[in-house]
Amino acid sequence: MTDLSYVRKESHPDLPPPKSEVGVIAWLRQNLFSNWVNTLLTAAALYLLYKAVPPLFNWMFWEADWSGKTYQDCTSDGACWAMVRVRFDQFMYGFYPVDERWRINLGFLLLLGTGIPLLIEGVPFKKYLAIFVFLIYPFIAFMLFYGGMGLTVVETNEWGGLMLTLVLATVTIIVSLPLGVVFALGRRSNMPVVRIICVAFIELWRGVPLITVLFMGSVMLPLFLPPGTHFDKILRTLIVMAFFAAAYMAEVVRGGLQAIPKGQFEAAQAMGLSYWKMMGLIILPQALKIVIPGIVNTFIGLFKDTTLVLVIGLLDFLSIIQSATTHKNWLGTATEGYVFAACIYWIFCFGMSRYSITLERRLDTTHRD
Amino acid sequence: MAASSEAQSSAPSVSLWNDPKKRALIYQAIVMIALIIVAAYIINNTAANLEKRGIASGFGFLQSPAGFDVGMSPFLKYDAAKATHGTVLTVGILNTLLVAFTGIVIATVLGFIMGVLRLSSNWLVSKLAYLYVEITRNIPLLLQLLFWYFAVLGTLPSKRDSISIFDLFFLNIEGLFGPLPIPQDGFWMVGMGLIVAIVAVIFIKKWAQKRQDETGQPFPVFWVSLALLIALPLIGAAIAGFPLEFEHPQQNRFGLRGGMIILPEFAALVLGLSLYTAGFIAEIVRAGIQAISRGQTEAAYALGVKPGITMRLIIIPQALRVIVPPLTSQYLNLTKNSSLAVAIGGAEIVAIFAGTSLNQAGQAIEIIAITMAFYLTVSLLISMFMNWYNRKIALVER
Repeated sequence: MTDLSYVRKESHPDLPPPKSEVGVIAWLRQNLFSNWVNTLLTAAALYLLYKAVPPLFNWMFWEADWSGKTYQDCTSDGACWAMVRVRFDQFMYGFYPVDERWRINLGFLLLLGTGIPLLIEGVPFKKYLAIFVFLIYPFIAFMLFYGGMGLTVVETNEWGGLMLTLVLATVTIIVSLPLGVVFALGRRSNMPVVRIICVAFIELWRGVPLITVLFMGSVMLPLFLPPGTHFDKILRTLIVMAFFAAAYMAEVVRGGLQAIPKGQFEAAQAMGLSYWKMMGLIILPQALKIVIPGIVNTFIGLFKDTTLVLVIGLLDFLSIIQSATTHKNWLGTATEGYVFAACIYWIFCFGMSRYSITLERRLDTTHRD
Repeated sequence: MAASSEAQSSAPSVSLWNDPKKRALIYQAIVMIALIIVAAYIINNTAANLEKRGIASGFGFLQSPAGFDVGMSPFLKYDAAKATHGTVLTVGILNTLLVAFTGIVIATVLGFIMGVLRLSSNWLVSKLAYLYVEITRNIPLLLQLLFWYFAVLGTLPSKRDSISIFDLFFLNIEGLFGPLPIPQDGFWMVGMGLIVAIVAVIFIKKWAQKRQDETGQPFPVFWVSLALLIALPLIGAAIAGFPLEFEHPQQNRFGLRGGMIILPEFAALVLGLSLYTAGFIAEIVRAGIQAISRGQTEAAYALGVKPGITMRLIIIPQALRVIVPPLTSQYLNLTKNSSLAVAIGGAEIVAIFAGTSLNQAGQAIEIIAITMAFYLTVSLLISMFMNWYNRKIALVER
């Protein structure tokens, strides 16, 4: 008997999804034109981009002048990048003697070489690297940048540009971190006198703007020392900035200390550990690990805040660009200067914030469904 | 080591060092003494320095004439010939508060808009909001202020050929000029109308809430309140015969004079501060909304609540609990950052009091102390207000 009915032996291959559900068109429909409000928003955004982006690119690249000696050489409609090119070395090193600039390069290369491995997960010998960066490097850097031990002394009034910005930022972070830990511990101390002093210190510094703190450093600090003491301007700035940053750092660290369960403290005490052993071996390693992203964020804020030294007359990166654009040869290049400065600051800050986000994800051990 | 083991063996009389309470007392005494020594050292040096420079300390300088112009004083008449350093301080404080208040309002509105746009389902809009946030947050505020002041507002036309907007507003390098409303006799009628309207709105809101609780019928409180707030002052004005005149800016040889003026320094400062802080607020708002579980949105949609109302009545009130504490610190930051006006020649407390007055009077310690005390007070007041608001909206649990 012949089998009349047709029965498929194998399953039908999957058909591709309809055209409207995959590919570019579906993506566009879902993300840009899902309803009339979205369509309007998309149209508005596109119009905004059309109005803003082509002129910006024209100004920045296609119509820009790239070489010249003064602003008069910039004849086209676009940006006058010649200013940045002519002044580039000054923007980087300030008025540091040309023959000695290798010292700055070497100093920062050394910091990059030892500091970056410290930030990457899984690099061996981190302990020794940390000891080097926090305890030994500052002395090497001081010797390289300032002079001594056979190197010509370069007075700090010749320091400037991006180099000064980085010096301010790095010194502040290296000093403020341990200081902040001390104040955070003091704020959580059982001894009322210590606690009150630490709370007063932290709240005082956090309650006032950095500018008044810098003013204080430049006009009040010299009054606090014995008459006739010579006191370097950059050093004064560094001292007040480090205190200012330490107050913020202390609050970040305090957050970490508060997040450690009480059981950890009690267990450490039950083991007979002294206060400093308990803190150094049990509590701080855990607390600091939690707050690394917060520390990086504080550092980003600090890095941006170094620009405020412009107000007390130090020639940091922003300040030296500002003064270049007001030089008679380059009058009219303010926008170019600010855009260049903004790009450099943006690269630094955005890089750091990305790093902080990566860390946050890596350190986040909570289970999410 | 020997001493400590000996002390442990004789349990009742613990040595001074091994009794935690006594040890703590010793530590605190040491800290106290160290602090006093440092303070004495500083005070001693300061006194010696001041004597050497011939500066008499004290607050008498607040009564001595200042003799310089502050540029902007919208709240009280400032006369450079008669003003004292005390007047300068008052003007500086008022201007700082004005900048902070305006900046906080604009930054909050813009920040909330950007934060919501950042979560928009529209890819392009969300990415543009992201771009805004990352650009404003990662560029130093001072740089942004300088950019707005020198690169943008600096390109405005000179005072001879100012841009005219309907012949009412004029924009040039010296600022934005507009008509200044001057209340005439009988203006109190308008104020009266406004007060009556506000009282009425409060009562209507309470009544509407009560009615909705009892009967479930909603009442269009917002529209009725808006109508009242506009209509009652208008009626008051109509009765008094519209007692308001405008002083228009007049062109003379030195440029525009009279009327209301917004100085470029003020505009750049408020613009820079609000754009910068709005970037941070946008991130706070985004994080706050995302912290509310998706289930809340889905439950609201399942009940047939419209997306706009879901956002306004369900998501935002819950998100506010997460948003308010970090928002407070942004407000504090904005207030403190208003001190950057000193870089663009603004007229707030740091620029005119801790800057110009300090240079003229030379009373560094007193002036810096007053300035710091002012900021500390403002910080304290803002955090007290925000803490009160935070308690008000905090989750009431049984």
